[in-house]
Order: sequence, then C-alpha cells, then structure tokens
Amino acid sequence: MSEPATSERIEICLHTRDLSLWYGNFQALRNVTLNVKKGLVTGLIGPSGCGKTTLLRCFNRINERYGNVTTTGEISILGKNIYDANVSLSELRKTVGMVFQRPNPLPISIYRNVLFGIRVHTRRRDLNRSQRDALVESSLREVDLWDDVKDKLRMKATRLTLEQQQKLCIARLLPLKPRVILMDEPCSALDAEGTEKIESLLETLREKYTVVIVTHNMAQARRASDECIFMLLGEVVEHGETSQVFFNPQHEKTEMYIQGRYG
Amino acid sequence: MPEADANREPSPPRPWSMLRTFHVAVDWCEPLVEWIIRICGWSAILFVFAIFFFVFREGSEMLLGGLDLKEFFTSPNWRPDSVVRPQYGILALLAGTISVTGLAMLIAVPLGLGAAVYVAEFAGPRSKETLKVVIELLAAIPSVVWGFIGYMVLGPIIIWATGAPVGINVLNGGIILALMSVPIIVSVSEDALRAVPDSYREAALALGASRWEIVSRVLFPAAKNGLLAAVLLGVGRAIGETMAVLMATGHAVQIPHSLLDPVRTLTATIAAELGETVSGEEHYGVLFVIGIVLFAIAFVVNLTADLVVKGIRGEKHD
Repeated sequence: MSEPATSERIEICLHTRDLSLWYGNFQALRNVTLNVKKGLVTGLIGPSGCGKTTLLRCFNRINERYGNVTTTGEISILGKNIYDANVSLSELRKTVGMVFQRPNPLPISIYRNVLFGIRVHTRRRDLNRSQRDALVESSLREVDLWDDVKDKLRMKATRLTLEQQQKLCIARLLPLKPRVILMDEPCSALDAEGTEKIESLLETLREKYTVVIVTHNMAQARRASDECIFMLLGEVVEHGETSQVFFNPQHEKTEMYIQGRYG
Repeated sequence: MPEADANREPSPPRPWSMLRTFHVAVDWCEPLVEWIIRICGWSAILFVFAIFFFVFREGSEMLLGGLDLKEFFTSPNWRPDSVVRPQYGILALLAGTISVTGLAMLIAVPLGLGAAVYVAEFAGPRSKETLKVVIELLAAIPSVVWGFIGYMVLGPIIIWATGAPVGINVLNGGIILALMSVPIIVSVSEDALRAVPDSYREAALALGASRWEIVSRVLFPAAKNGLLAAVLLGVGRAIGETMAVLMATGHAVQIPHSLLDPVRTLTATIAAELGETVSGEEHYGVLFVIGIVLFAIAFVVNLTADLVVKGIRGEKHD
C-alpha cells in the first residue's frame, strides 16, 4: 500500500522461529517462522481456523490462560525472548497491547477505563490528579474520541456505541506506552462507518506503534496494511508487502484465497 | 397401479389418526396445564399473604391495643410469666438477634466471598466440582444438627479456649450461624462471579493485570449487585434461623456485653415459648407481634436485596 520500508526502517520488531502450538492434541500452529518489521501495519489473513488469532494471541502470551496449551519454538519481541523465565507477563503485556474482536471496555467509567492499565502498573500516589486527567485527555485525543466523551467521562463505558467502545479499547492501551499493538479483527463488530474510522485511526497509529492486525476482510487488509501474512492450516504460506501479496502472490494457495476461491 | 394403491391403502391412516387424536388431546390439555402452572405460580403469593394475614391477625390485638409499644421496643425486660406485672420488652431479644447475626455475617461474608472467588476463578475443574458438591451438602444439613454441634462440640471448645463459664453464647451461635449462611453466600456469589463476561477478564489480563487484580478491580465491581444480594440473602438466612440459635446461644435474656455472654434471639423466643401459652392471651399475642417484627425485618432485607440486584443506583443495565 505505501512505499516499501526504506532501508533505515528495516528493523525487526517481532520475530518467531519454529513456533508450534497445540491445544491439547490439536496442532494449531506449525513451525511458524516470521519477522514483523517495526513501524508497519502487518495484516494476518487466512481462512477461519488457520491459526491467525492463535498466532496473535501468542505475542502477548494471553493464550496461556487456557491450561491445555503447549508451545514450542521461540518468539522474541524487540530482541527479547518472551518465553524467557525472567520475563514478567505483566511487563510483556504492557509493551504489547491487544485490541479484541468485540469491544470489551470494562464496566466502569470511561475515565477509569483509560487509566486501568496504568493503575495496574504504577502505584496510585505516583500519579497525581492533573497527570491522570492529562493522560486521559491525550489518550482519548489520540484515538479521536475526546470530543465525543469529554463531558461524560464518568459515564459507564459500556454505554458508548460499539465504535466508541472500540476506540476506547485502543485508547486505554496508550498510557502504557506500548511498542506493539495487536488487533484481533477489531472491526468485525462494527458497521462500515465505524470500520472506516478505526482504519483511519490505524493510519495515525502506525507512526508510533508496530501494529499486527488479524482480519477476515480482504479489502481491509489491502487498504490498511503495509505487509501481509497469509496463513493456512497453521502454517505461514506467504509473507510480503501487501501489494505483492494481493497483486502478485507467489503461491497458488494465496492466489486462490485472494481471488475468493475458498475461505 | 390401482392394485398397488389398494395394497398400500390400509396401513398409513392408522398412525395418522392416532396422531390426530394425540393432537386433539394436546389441544385440550394445553390450557389445562397452563392453568395448573399458573396456579402453582400464584400460590406462592397466596401463601405469603395467608401467612402474613394469620400472623397479623393473631398479633393485631396486642399490637393495636394492649401492648405498650414504647416499652416493647425499648425495655430489656422480657418477663412474660411474671404474675405481678408481666413485662414485654424485646430490646434484649433484638440485641441477641442483632449480635448473633452480626457476628455470623462478620465471619460468613469474608469466608463465603473468598470461597466463591476461589471456586469461580482459581480452582481447577476437579476441585471446583468437589467443592460445589460439598458446599451444597453443607446447605443440606438440618439446623437441629447444627444446633447439636454448637451445643456438644463447639461449646466445650469455647470453654476450653476462652475459659468462659458457659460455652453456649454469642460466639457459639455466631459461628454456627456463619457456617449455616456460608453455603448460600457461596453459591449465589459464585453465580454472580461466573456471570461476568469472560471478555472483561481477557481485557484486564491483556493490560497486564494479575489474577488477583482482575478479581479486585474487575470482577468485584462488575458483580457487585450479585455479591450484595448474596450477602443479604445470607443475612436473611441468619436472622430467620431458629433451632440452631436456640440450642447454641444459651437462651438467656440479656443485652450481651461480650462475645462470651449467652443471649436469646427473637426467633428462639417464639419457638420456646409459644407452646406454653394459651391462644388469645397476652403472652400469645406478644409472641405474634414478635413474628410481625421478624416479618418486617425479613421483608426489608429481601426488598433491599431485590432493589440492589435490579441496580437501583441509577445505573442502567446494558
């Protein structure tokens, strides 16, 4: 979509090597090896059940909340192996934020939703009131939500529209200063207009964060991502610039999927 | 062709007509069943009103006429059998009920909520099932058995541990009542915790919250209505309990000054004394007035629980 990454920007943010994952006996990822470049929006595409969400959920290790998951291989984010014994999950998830398929703001006020993450990571007395207010304002401004909600910050966040909720879910990551933002089909619950807003938001986020986005929507992947990874049955089939994956795919399977012949 | 038709003819109609009869029967039964179910539903209301009517009728004469209400609520002297001047002051009994219930809640609420959090969030599938079954079993123990345990087991333990002269007192009754209220608190609050959508847990987890932070910052706020309802149901259970407290509290009319003082509760008084009274006399009527007081307390507790569950605090439910 945009210019290919220029040489000084080619820096690997997220790297996996021989990553395999099993849910019980079912193998969901097979020897995934890939490099996600820093500062780009990388789309993960593929038919249902191909493992794209599973892969995404490996990057902040949230997969592990289900007890029957076995992982082998290696993932490193910003040069650090996230399966190292000394990695704090809390720190990892601070660096690697996640946006879910259905907007899931917590059933507390908008204000407290934005600050929820930072409250977990810093002691209460380390942030005074004006700092908190400033954080809330800048985070909400960054996702273009401030003007809509500035008069009702004490309102329960679950009463916002879905689009606003999803923006809030992005906004609440920002006070933690994440380096990577993972998005799991962030627009699937939204209407066309909401989708457009989130996509344009993605456009502004790419300047500061590395974004990995899972999507079912081919057109969205084409519009919004710089690089695309096509997955099938737990394997990475193709990884390249979006324009190349879409207009000049190297693999027959990719081509068939892009053309809508299956999936 | 006609021959084949003739051969086929006799068999199909029979099941068809049976089916028809069945459908006609169903059409007839349907309204009947509906009425039976409707009566079952409304009967609950009928019974509540009938009980209230009966209790009120028996107590009304004393409540409206013969009883000095000021003395009734403010005097600690409960002397119904006095020949010279019977006194009907329930202050000491009220204090007994409140102290035992209060102590029971102090013990049961943390214990019950803690158990619910463990069962709902931390326990593995097997220990979860085991715990739930055992907790339900705890709820099925008859109250007289609890009273027996209080009297025979807990009493001597209290005497041994504290050196108190009697083992059946506020502490004993409170502990027994707490154990009796824990199952209901656990099961209702566990339901409330489990009803919190998983997406909230995931959201908090993805922001780096630990499991305990998820419980305290997400689940408790999200489930607070259900948890409050659980606590109030526990309170209702504790206030209404009779047999166990009758056996475990010592049955002495006095305002308690320490945990080791024996007391007597409103419910135990009714249970113990009603048999000695004659229908229609003063004492009998006053016991029914106590019944009305208990009714009022239970009503307020339940109403509060209901309003809390419905979220009266100006928050719309989504």
